[in-house]
Amino acid sequence: MGNMIRQKSFGVSAGLFLILLLAPSFLPRFYIYFLAVIFVTALLAMSLNLCVGHGMLFQFHHGVFYGVGAYTTGLLLAKTSLPWWLAFVAGPLAAAFAGLLIGMFCIRLSRLYFGMLQISLGSLIWAIAFRWYGLTGGDDGIHGIPIPDFIASTTGAYYFVLIILGICLVLLYLIIKSPFGSTLQAIRDNPERCAAVGINVRRHQLKAIVIATFFGGVAGVLFVVVEGSIFPDLLFWTLSLEIFIMCLLGGWFTFAGPILGAAFIVSLRTFVGTYTEYWTLILGIILILLIFFLPEGVMGYNYRKLFRSRTKYATASQAE
Amino acid sequence: MEGGQITLAALSVTFLVGLSRAMILFIVTSGLSFVLGILRVPNLAHGSLYMIGAFAAHSIATLFGGGSTGFWLALFLAPLVVALVSLVAERLLFCHLYEREHLMLLLFTFALMLILGDLTKMVWGADYRSIMPPPALQGFISIFDLPFPKYNLFLLVIGPLVAIGLWLFSTRTKMGKIARAAAVDREMVGAIGINVSWVFAFAFVIGCLLAGLGGALVSPTISVTIGMDHNIIIEAFLIVTIGGLGNMWGAMVGSLIFGITQSFGVLFWPQFAIVFPYLAVVIVLTLKPTGMLKSVW
Repeated sequence: MGNMIRQKSFGVSAGLFLILLLAPSFLPRFYIYFLAVIFVTALLAMSLNLCVGHGMLFQFHHGVFYGVGAYTTGLLLAKTSLPWWLAFVAGPLAAAFAGLLIGMFCIRLSRLYFGMLQISLGSLIWAIAFRWYGLTGGDDGIHGIPIPDFIASTTGAYYFVLIILGICLVLLYLIIKSPFGSTLQAIRDNPERCAAVGINVRRHQLKAIVIATFFGGVAGVLFVVVEGSIFPDLLFWTLSLEIFIMCLLGGWFTFAGPILGAAFIVSLRTFVGTYTEYWTLILGIILILLIFFLPEGVMGYNYRKLFRSRTKYATASQAE
Repeated sequence: MEGGQITLAALSVTFLVGLSRAMILFIVTSGLSFVLGILRVPNLAHGSLYMIGAFAAHSIATLFGGGSTGFWLALFLAPLVVALVSLVAERLLFCHLYEREHLMLLLFTFALMLILGDLTKMVWGADYRSIMPPPALQGFISIFDLPFPKYNLFLLVIGPLVAIGLWLFSTRTKMGKIARAAAVDREMVGAIGINVSWVFAFAFVIGCLLAGLGGALVSPTISVTIGMDHNIIIEAFLIVTIGGLGNMWGAMVGSLIFGITQSFGVLFWPQFAIVFPYLAVVIVLTLKPTGMLKSVW
């Protein structure tokens, strides 16, 4: 049964991928750009969800790693004559390194404190990028970054982003289904028992953070490819909060949920944003409606599945 | 200062400037901490209420001619406007959600933050505004021959007053005691015939009132504009965390650390002054992972 569902969802995603590959031949240019933005954001949300959904680590400032990846690649392309592929590889590696450093500080702390320490460390990086005019262009950022010719056009960028996204999603799927991923989810569900059977809990969580930040950095590189610019808002905490909300919206205990959340928020910003500057008001109202009338839709039904083992919660929710 | 020479006088004035900045931060964060301690809700909309307080203060002060009366009325009425907004939000929406999971409450306050931010933009627009302090508080006094704004002196007085008032309220009045009891065991408090829902509403409104007061107090010192909610809320959360969640005196300690490191940063390395408070938070949380003082959580 489970196997059949897996085959089915594999078929659906393969079909979807094929349609997206053909999309540039029948969609106008604006929609191609729009889809590329969704792909970048989706990869960012997916990478965050490795920590949040599968590891229950409150990674509150994931946007920083996106920004570090984008800034590293953007600066290397704009200010040095290094070959482009080196700049592209350096971005995710720098993000993963930042993830390792920040993770080593944060991992000792429990949930909310973990998130808060991460916000302050991330804000440090934001403040430096924001003020170091000589290197980063300060609050203006850097625009018109030279992108290699074969991906400089909208269609070229679209294909590049789509293919990288496809590869990353397969990798993330394999990671989550690997023994490492299972261990991570076991730690999420019961850290004490995992520690008791001899799993090094913190080492596993740190590994998850490094992997997630690596993919966050990949998303940052893709951002540079699509937009050709970098600016400090990429590192600001409101963006981090936004991607956190994407994970919650789409269902954070599901694999593909964050993609839906990202697509939803990016579409809202793009389409409602053209009619009114108050699109966040609409987002706020939609969120409140979801919280009141469709709480299962917000969290995904898996929320209950996770807590089913915790008898107190299960009886309390059934009694309602 | 001049010629790279940092004198004792400059250090003490910098210290006082940091202290007065800390008082504003304290007034805002004590409200956040109060709500966090009693309702156990991290209220992301707190910064938006602070922003509304600042805008409301501007409007009220302008309405009454911008002079002395205008300012004092603004200081009195703007927090009440904010309290009213928060009361409506609480009774209409928030009070139905207390039984939900924490992340859901966080999501709700995020939605509230988005809505209040856009409503503020609709009502007041995206212009920069500033109001003048009353004539008695304008100008400078001289401390070691260096100018120090009189208004900051006023802040140095009002900060401790708010701290003492809040402390007396939560430890000496019946309402404060009930609120703290409801935080620990809401079922028991309900069982002895107290309407817990209204107790929570009251605590929420008190916390938001303090946000409004902070906004009204800060409005003469900065330019009031859209986006100030995003800056203050993150600072407030960090302060609450390094102080100890829900602990009022912790909010005081955290605000002092934040305000003073910020002003010394301006003295020593202006370009990267905004880095220092974050650095201080990192150091505190690395040394004491659960904050300086005892958390009520």
